Amino acid sequence: MPKDGGIGASTKRREDVRFLTGNGNYTDDINLHGQAYVHFLRSDVAHGLINKVDTEAASAMPGVLRIFTGADFEGVGGIPCGWQVTDRFGEVMQEPAHPVLAQGKVRHVGDPIAAIVAETYAQARDAAEAIEYDIDELPAVVNMKDALKEGAPKVHDDLKSNLCYDWGFVEENKGAVNEAFEKAAHVTTLELVNNRLIANPMEPRVAVGDFNRSTGDHTLYTTSQNPHVIRLLMGAFVLGIPEHKLRVVSPDVGGGFGTKIFHYAEEAFCTFAAKALNRPVKWTSTRSEAFMSDAHGRDHVTKIELALDKDNNFTALRTDTHANMGAYLSTFAPSVPTWLHGTLMAGNYKTPLIYVNVKAVFTNTVPVDAYRGAGRPEATFQLERVIDKAARELGVDPIALRRQNFITEFPYATPVAVEYDTGDYHATMDKLQEIGDLSGFEARRKASEAKGKLRGLGINCYIEACGIAPSNLVGQLGARAGLYESATVRVNATGGLVVMTGSHSHGQGHETAFPQVIAEMIGIDASMVEIIHGDTNNGPMGMGTYGSRSLAVGGSAMVRATEKIINKAKKIAAHLMEASEADIELKDGAFSVAGTDKSVAWGDVTLAAYVPHNYPLEDIEPGLEETAFYDPSNFTYPSGAYACEVEVDPETGRVTIERFSAADDFGNIVNPMIVSGQVHGGIGQGIGQALLEACAYDENGQLQTGSYMDYAMPRADDVPFYTVDHSCQTPCTHNPLGVKGCGEAGAIGSPPAVVNAVIDALQSGGKNVTHIDMPLSPSRVWAAMQG
Amino acid sequence: MPQVNMTVNGKSASGQIEGRTLLVEFLRETLGLTGTHVGCDTSQCGACVVHVDGKAVKACTMFAAEAEGAEVLTIESMAAPDGTLNTIQQAFQDHHGLQCGFCTPGMVMSAAALLKDNPKPTEAEVRDYLEGNICRCTGYHNIVKAILAASGQDVSAIAAE
Repeated sequence: MPKDGGIGASTKRREDVRFLTGNGNYTDDINLHGQAYVHFLRSDVAHGLINKVDTEAASAMPGVLRIFTGADFEGVGGIPCGWQVTDRFGEVMQEPAHPVLAQGKVRHVGDPIAAIVAETYAQARDAAEAIEYDIDELPAVVNMKDALKEGAPKVHDDLKSNLCYDWGFVEENKGAVNEAFEKAAHVTTLELVNNRLIANPMEPRVAVGDFNRSTGDHTLYTTSQNPHVIRLLMGAFVLGIPEHKLRVVSPDVGGGFGTKIFHYAEEAFCTFAAKALNRPVKWTSTRSEAFMSDAHGRDHVTKIELALDKDNNFTALRTDTHANMGAYLSTFAPSVPTWLHGTLMAGNYKTPLIYVNVKAVFTNTVPVDAYRGAGRPEATFQLERVIDKAARELGVDPIALRRQNFITEFPYATPVAVEYDTGDYHATMDKLQEIGDLSGFEARRKASEAKGKLRGLGINCYIEACGIAPSNLVGQLGARAGLYESATVRVNATGGLVVMTGSHSHGQGHETAFPQVIAEMIGIDASMVEIIHGDTNNGPMGMGTYGSRSLAVGGSAMVRATEKIINKAKKIAAHLMEASEADIELKDGAFSVAGTDKSVAWGDVTLAAYVPHNYPLEDIEPGLEETAFYDPSNFTYPSGAYACEVEVDPETGRVTIERFSAADDFGNIVNPMIVSGQVHGGIGQGIGQALLEACAYDENGQLQTGSYMDYAMPRADDVPFYTVDHSCQTPCTHNPLGVKGCGEAGAIGSPPAVVNAVIDALQSGGKNVTHIDMPLSPSRVWAAMQG
Repeated sequence: MPQVNMTVNGKSASGQIEGRTLLVEFLRETLGLTGTHVGCDTSQCGACVVHVDGKAVKACTMFAAEAEGAEVLTIESMAAPDGTLNTIQQAFQDHHGLQCGFCTPGMVMSAAALLKDNPKPTEAEVRDYLEGNICRCTGYHNIVKAILAASGQDVSAIAAE
């Protein structure tokens, strides 16, 4: 196999050429003949009764085609939720309606009241100014604990309260966990906030709806991580369009990070309006709109307690979390604080007893859903922070305390329902100590002190569950979807291949990495393989890209389909060489008969498949095209150890990241260059969460961080070069490539490392600071230092 | 509607615009040069950086009418006519300086302006110059590395692939 293009090669990305030359094809670059433009009039109050929306004057404005309000969507389905959580009393969660345009009430700043369709964007925006609307502002609930108080204003009047669910996991363990705490030699308690974030892919969301009057077919172009899922949700639950009459296309997508998984009202609107007006209808979100309409992430408030015995072994863990759902349930929102969070609370440690309680709460804020890591960063942050606090309370080395409690034997069944197949947590910690030069830290600390700075070292370990997910398992847990992935491999007569994958690439490099796998399997050049994704008319039903699943699940489907191709090709080759199929070997793109010099090239076989003159037609069909659906038997469990070194300016509280090292175990790796890039990006976002980013609301539910002027995105001068390593590899045992997934690790592993480092720095300077909530802005750090 | 005339990527370009039409709207919608992107509405993200009379400008911060008579260069002008990437573009590919590609045109145009003024920038100078260009994918590691490499400096000591 030519190693420059197969598994393990840092092949340069082929997609880069079009992006570097301005030839990408993003959704906003799509313009259809005769298209009209929609602008959404959005609520500027967090909670209110809609008394009147008078569109008469606005409808007469130049260029206006039609103005839609909530009344136009009566009888149309609402935006559905894809996951139903059952609470600890056996009751299903409270699930409110979510209309496409607000009906009766607005429930968060940004809730759409009316949609103005006009000949140009400018005309639509102008007309929005002329809509006369009257909203009686109601008291808003913003703080989760206030929202649960007796008599609190209700976000949804038809629900019993603002409590979506009260989830206990594992409920049967609760008594034993409490008992273990009573017997503990030491208990460490920490209350913390996992700050609300906005995913902020650089490409804002866009939707273009189109309707073909002659065929009755609908097409939606949208910035989605999973166009097939959008087709199913929007077609079946919102607009009542059968899937065979609905095509969803997601071309080049400029980043997702979770927030482009979900089905949004604007997609349904553009599809609906295109038919109503018999014209294509386009919406391009402004960044300001994105801040108040893209699903947000995180926003957990947690109390965590860790029990240890007299030898510092972890004996039990107990957590109490409030998780913000926002005003409506976004597509996968209920799953994030439960099955993507509670199941990870064992972390890398053999804590025998764990109980997790999560209260999910409705508030008058933008819906909250998965953001890079989705539940796993929240689990890791609280666990790794409480371990660090315990080490300080006990006066033991935080690395030694972690190592003492590491899981070392696999497979390992945790007390929170998952079974880790492989891992080697000592190996990644060893590697971290090496690449981070941790033994040199004290010398670096002295050098910082000589400059008048406080230096700190923060360590963090993480485990995550990726490769989402076994369908039968998630079905039991409340998923209203299967989580397999699909691939169709089409071999052309002249030997080139096209792979239609249900995965979607929005920066991950599938167009480069996926062909490397096929090149390795067949022994041909990767340039003979083309990847097609993002079009529901061009490939089998797929579930899309999120949860670090593309290679582990989508790649596995591709491997299975390619295996079918190879098996059939061997039958053809055996016929051509008049040999037994069992004797056929495939190597370097040629089929040979074992023990002979007989050989036929890959291209000879593919040509025979399509020109079957000399062909076993009685045994096999012509053609060479196969489809596979791959449903994983378990999650994958990437893990790693991270180290952050910070300097804190004691005069100002400003934190700078001086060194950042990451040792990850992703199992086998197809393209190391791409994997490193994924880790870099995750670390950048994690540093953003730890030091800079916060989505803030005031007590009335006004969004205070509504643009990049207020929401602090990490910039190039906020971060250092990172040292990343993924040479520790314990291959996944249950997928054909042995891969685990690398997309979210950086964002999961880095925030606790940063915070642990700052606490270490402050304590080294004699400050009695045990915790600061993220983001660790200069003002927060300075205030903490003042005691 | 008034007419605006300018030179874009070496060719004369003109069109009818409203007074409020932004340069980036003129480039994308009137001329169909969709390589220049819009990532925000507060002149923060830099996805729309182009060169106007030799200077890097955020095309969302300038009215099209203000570019009357100007020489404008966009990302579409950076590669050779036969498609060969220029030094900066090639360095971005070689060092994996892009993922989703959305911020990339602005990054390349900013990098070109930086290297014109400062042909051998330090790491700190590169990071400082990129203050006005936001990338959400790369954590900036490989962007900074690519720009240093494009300036002819040895980047082999910088960690990772």
